[in-house]
Amino acid sequence: MYVSPLREPLVTGAKSYKQVTDDITKPMDGKPGKLWYVGLTLALLALGFGGLAIYITVWDGIGSWGLNRTIGWGWGITNFVWWVGIGHAGTFISAILLLFRQKWRTSINRSAEAMTIFAVMCAGLFPLLHMGRLPLGFFVFPYPNSRDLWVNFNSPLLWDVFAISTYFAVSLLFWYMGLIPDIASIRDRLKEGIRKQIYTLLSFGWTGSARHWSRHESMSLILAGLAAPLVLSVHSIVSMDFATSVIPGWHTTIFPPYFVAGAVFSGFAMVLTLMIITRKALNLQNYITVGHVESMNKVIIATGSIVGIAYLTELFMAWYSGVVYEQYAFVNRAFGPYWWAYWIMMTCNVITPQLFWFKKIRRSLTATFIISIFINIGMWFERFVIIVTSLHRDFLPSSWSMYSPTWVEIGVYIGTFGLFFTLFFLFIRFFPVIAIAEIKSVLKSSGENFIKRGGQDEK
Amino acid sequence: MRNNKFVTGIFWDDKDLMNGVKEIQDKGVSIYDVRTPFPVHGLDDLLKFKRSRLPRLGFVAGGIGAIVAFLFQMWVFTESWPINFGGKPYLSVPSFIPVTFEIAVLFAAISLVFGFLIRSGIGPGAPNIIFDERTSDDAFLVVIRVDEENKSDMISEILNSVGACEIKQVEPTKKENDE
Repeated sequence: MYVSPLREPLVTGAKSYKQVTDDITKPMDGKPGKLWYVGLTLALLALGFGGLAIYITVWDGIGSWGLNRTIGWGWGITNFVWWVGIGHAGTFISAILLLFRQKWRTSINRSAEAMTIFAVMCAGLFPLLHMGRLPLGFFVFPYPNSRDLWVNFNSPLLWDVFAISTYFAVSLLFWYMGLIPDIASIRDRLKEGIRKQIYTLLSFGWTGSARHWSRHESMSLILAGLAAPLVLSVHSIVSMDFATSVIPGWHTTIFPPYFVAGAVFSGFAMVLTLMIITRKALNLQNYITVGHVESMNKVIIATGSIVGIAYLTELFMAWYSGVVYEQYAFVNRAFGPYWWAYWIMMTCNVITPQLFWFKKIRRSLTATFIISIFINIGMWFERFVIIVTSLHRDFLPSSWSMYSPTWVEIGVYIGTFGLFFTLFFLFIRFFPVIAIAEIKSVLKSSGENFIKRGGQDEK
Repeated sequence: MRNNKFVTGIFWDDKDLMNGVKEIQDKGVSIYDVRTPFPVHGLDDLLKFKRSRLPRLGFVAGGIGAIVAFLFQMWVFTESWPINFGGKPYLSVPSFIPVTFEIAVLFAAISLVFGFLIRSGIGPGAPNIIFDERTSDDAFLVVIRVDEENKSDMISEILNSVGACEIKQVEPTKKENDE
């Protein structure tokens, strides 16, 4: 097989199959380090604070938030859209990159998928809390009830319920099916004991039979084929929460593709933020290489540029449409009372990712880490700008208003960070962060040994 | 009841495994199973597995999901409780599509996963036999079922001649799940 000399090895350090298993399962042996405990404690504190904020939201009602008659959606929906967006990287990496046969995805897919699942859990909290009374969450599902009523299938908010529940379920299934062989690897390394029993139960009796592998592969491919349009549908539907309304600044047909690109953009940024730390903390530099970071940065340039073009298209269309309300909405965004949010968004999302055109910056871990945080912030502000600036000055100047969050709203947001990181810390402690079996299957075609020999096999 | 005796041998590399499997088959011995730490491509052709019917299952389940979801929405808005939204048609097909699509994907994915688990005989607490614990690490294990009595020595010798290591004759106490 010919291998381009430009192609970097995906696994460095001339690893054997055994070393791959040892390296990746190592963080699960013995006691976790001090850093892990510090991180988990911080995450739990944030989660506890979020619990208090949620308690107040539920006990006192939605009046404890800074919303008013004009601005009915504030931080709550901003955070919801932001978290859902972050949840787009995992399935994009594992499904779409699997269909495109991108081998570099094998090092990052498992942890990115875990992130997806945790992020969607955080996202789901916000619409539920926004209902004010938690039992109302029950009414979004179409079940035969004593009121003889059904849900409104014409409403994008209801499409959201279906899209996000399906997305969560399919991502969870996809993630766990991939995890089974790796859980079996941990099971087989453990001696007798309670941990072995737990992993035996979780491994579903996986034997590594060639028959099972063959079936596993055909299932994974079809699941990827299903998950790929699903990823695109979820944020399209989220964008329709806005696009199908008549609010100037929301009512645009560009929203679905623009939101999907933005979601992948922010998801990759979050994956980079976490993986740059995780690879160092767990000593996985041989598996998540600078080459992997560079590949992800290239996806960030592509999606970031789509987002940039979408911003400019929106401005152009507002002017070109000739609709005064639409024009005012955009002038108000850039130069109205929330101008700072707009310019934070523009700087973080349009300018910073363009720095990745420079190879030096693209391959620098420090620069990537900093830029990825900028993108996370920028994408949060994008949702804030879309929601708050479009609402706060509506058709009647008499009802114009301003919005700022209360500490309760901020507390709920911090709480979701706590939930996300608590789950992430537990995940890196008890499950392999890298897909062991998948790394082994690309080791011979992309390992350092193989690349060095110019693509010649050993024997 | 079939014999529950097996002979196993280990290869330490996927390439050696492929060659070994070919040679064993050339000698007229049928292989019961191969246990590998990752999917070895080409092995399923060599062992003459039938193509999995899971894709077909997914397609059918997805189709059922789509039909059920669409008909349900149609029934709700035309029969059970028609609501007039600003004079728009009761049967507004475009706005039923998102839910139809999501339910189709959900049905297909769930049926694929459960189809896979059931067909492979795996699930929480499945009592499958693990012949060697290193097969989830770096060992490639060939398992041959001893069909006739006293043939196990002959099979061991064949395995030895094709370069397998650690050849063992095993008789699991549990009954091996044949799928």
